[in-house]
Amino acid sequence: MNPENYLILAALLFSIGSIGVLVRRNALVAFMCVELMLNACNLALVAGSQITGGLNGQVASFFVMVVAAAEVVVGLAIIVSIYKTRRSTSVDDANLLKL
Amino acid sequence: MSSYLMPVLEMAAPTLEWRALAPVLLVFAAACLGILLEAVLPRRLRFVAQTTLVIAAGVASLAFLVINWRAGYAGRLAMGSIMLDGPTYFAWGALLVFGVLAFMVFAERSLNGGATTFAASAASVPGSADEAESSAARHEHTEVFPLGLFALTGMMVFASASDLLTLFVALEVFSLPLYLLSGMARRRRLLSQEAALKYFLLGAFSSAFMLFGIAMLYVFSGSFDLRVIHAAVGGATTGPGLIFIGLTFIAIGLLFKTGVVPFHNWTPDVYMGAPTPVTGFMAICTKFAAVVALMRVFFVALDGMRWTWQPIFAVLAIATMVVGVIGALTQTDIKRLLAYSSIAHAGFVLTAIVGANQQVVAGQATSASSVFFYLAAYGFATIGAFAIVTLVRNPAGEDNTLAGWSGLASKNPWVAALFALFMLSFAGIPLTGGFIGKWAVFTSAWQGGYWWLVIVAVLFSLVAAYFYLRVVVVMFVGEPAPTTFVGRASAWTWIPIIIGVVGTLWLGLLPDSVMQLAAFAGGFLR
Repeated sequence: MNPENYLILAALLFSIGSIGVLVRRNALVAFMCVELMLNACNLALVAGSQITGGLNGQVASFFVMVVAAAEVVVGLAIIVSIYKTRRSTSVDDANLLKL
Repeated sequence: MSSYLMPVLEMAAPTLEWRALAPVLLVFAAACLGILLEAVLPRRLRFVAQTTLVIAAGVASLAFLVINWRAGYAGRLAMGSIMLDGPTYFAWGALLVFGVLAFMVFAERSLNGGATTFAASAASVPGSADEAESSAARHEHTEVFPLGLFALTGMMVFASASDLLTLFVALEVFSLPLYLLSGMARRRRLLSQEAALKYFLLGAFSSAFMLFGIAMLYVFSGSFDLRVIHAAVGGATTGPGLIFIGLTFIAIGLLFKTGVVPFHNWTPDVYMGAPTPVTGFMAICTKFAAVVALMRVFFVALDGMRWTWQPIFAVLAIATMVVGVIGALTQTDIKRLLAYSSIAHAGFVLTAIVGANQQVVAGQATSASSVFFYLAAYGFATIGAFAIVTLVRNPAGEDNTLAGWSGLASKNPWVAALFALFMLSFAGIPLTGGFIGKWAVFTSAWQGGYWWLVIVAVLFSLVAAYFYLRVVVVMFVGEPAPTTFVGRASAWTWIPIIIGVVGTLWLGLLPDSVMQLAAFAGGFLR
């Protein structure tokens, strides 16, 4: 199978993720969509590794996984602290900061 | 299958140039040691230990930086993932100076009745018994110092990364601690948590975009190395779509961190909600690191595409100046006003980047050197201004409303005068660093052939002067606000303020020495 198709798949997943971040109101779901975007990038990196014939992309995807894990730690901490305060994780409720 | 195994067998242990990398490694080691100290020291010793560690690490790291510079260390380090060149030296020096000054404001405890401006226990629910208990027990989060040092490490690597993977990892290393620090304010904790959530979601969103851009450039060129990408872009025959997507998406990630329109929306909310010392740190250090990384990626790797990105950046620069200046005109909160002002400054900096003047000629400033001078002047004023914002208080805590600042000069003429000086420097009034900085970046844009951009930028800096002067007028002419007073701070706040004043006047009156340093740092190595 042509590895370039994986790039198209990655672009599709990335688009789904980014649309999800924009339309979903729950901070947890928005965050999961960000993770989907990162994983789409991983797919693109690994596909790129196949296309260009190097290993860099595959190694990079491990780095991305580690970074994504660290992001989960920080992100969930923030979302949980917000939830404990407001009993809600909706990003629409986080509207105190205004002009 | 065997072809995939071969490179693994040949993989050699990476070599590190310890001496040349010492400035970064020292800060990183201090951050790790700080975490260890949190674990082993009793509470009452932690504050002294952490602040000593931060100052010691900053001074030692700066000393190594100067010694290495004198000894002429330069070139690609750490297997080609970090580039030690003039811009790196300047950026590391500036980040260390401004970072340590910002951390000193973190340590202020006189203003809050013996506690820092950070929550006694960030995990407790605001208004709960838990929170009251940890406040009464005088707990404090001394982890803010290691978190700050981790962020500083990430910024230093970010400004010097010469491959895109290092760039991405460094971006996350400096962003993650900042997300946490934004949410740790002692007062107005709901706002602070909300700022952290917004910053985190938008930051993660934009870094995913940047990563996708990196992946596209990797697919295009087969490497993360800026030098290889430069060569691949130069001889491009196929796959222009990949370069365009890569260029656009990387630009989104970098411009988000710089605070350029249309990726600026987080700035006012996060600047307002985060604890003020953290805002001061973000306002200068994040911007500095992001601007240097932006220049490095676009001047070194994507130089061959400059006819594509220069016009786009020119339009964004104008949009940024418009939004920053017009937004600041209507603000009633001093931190939001400074946030919009930082957006406007990002626009002014972008004009020099659009100029893309990279010819290193003796006696002439390149784009990079004018940006460095501008950011140095902006940095001294920013550090001082946010330190003063922590001083102006009412019984509930910091008073950030412009109404509360009314008539400040009648209560404490010195504080009002110093804040006025920083405002004048932001506005670019002669005899302050801001004026020379504006002059330098506009010259750079003019030399790059973007004279119309310079005219627009000059017009907007005139409009910007209006809202800076409005703050000065409010402080000196307004009716004194009844409940506002100027807190009695210790040296932790006053040293950064005084250094900010000295730096602002020094860059305005005797700009030559820093101008020469910036000119030395004007050329990116490839």
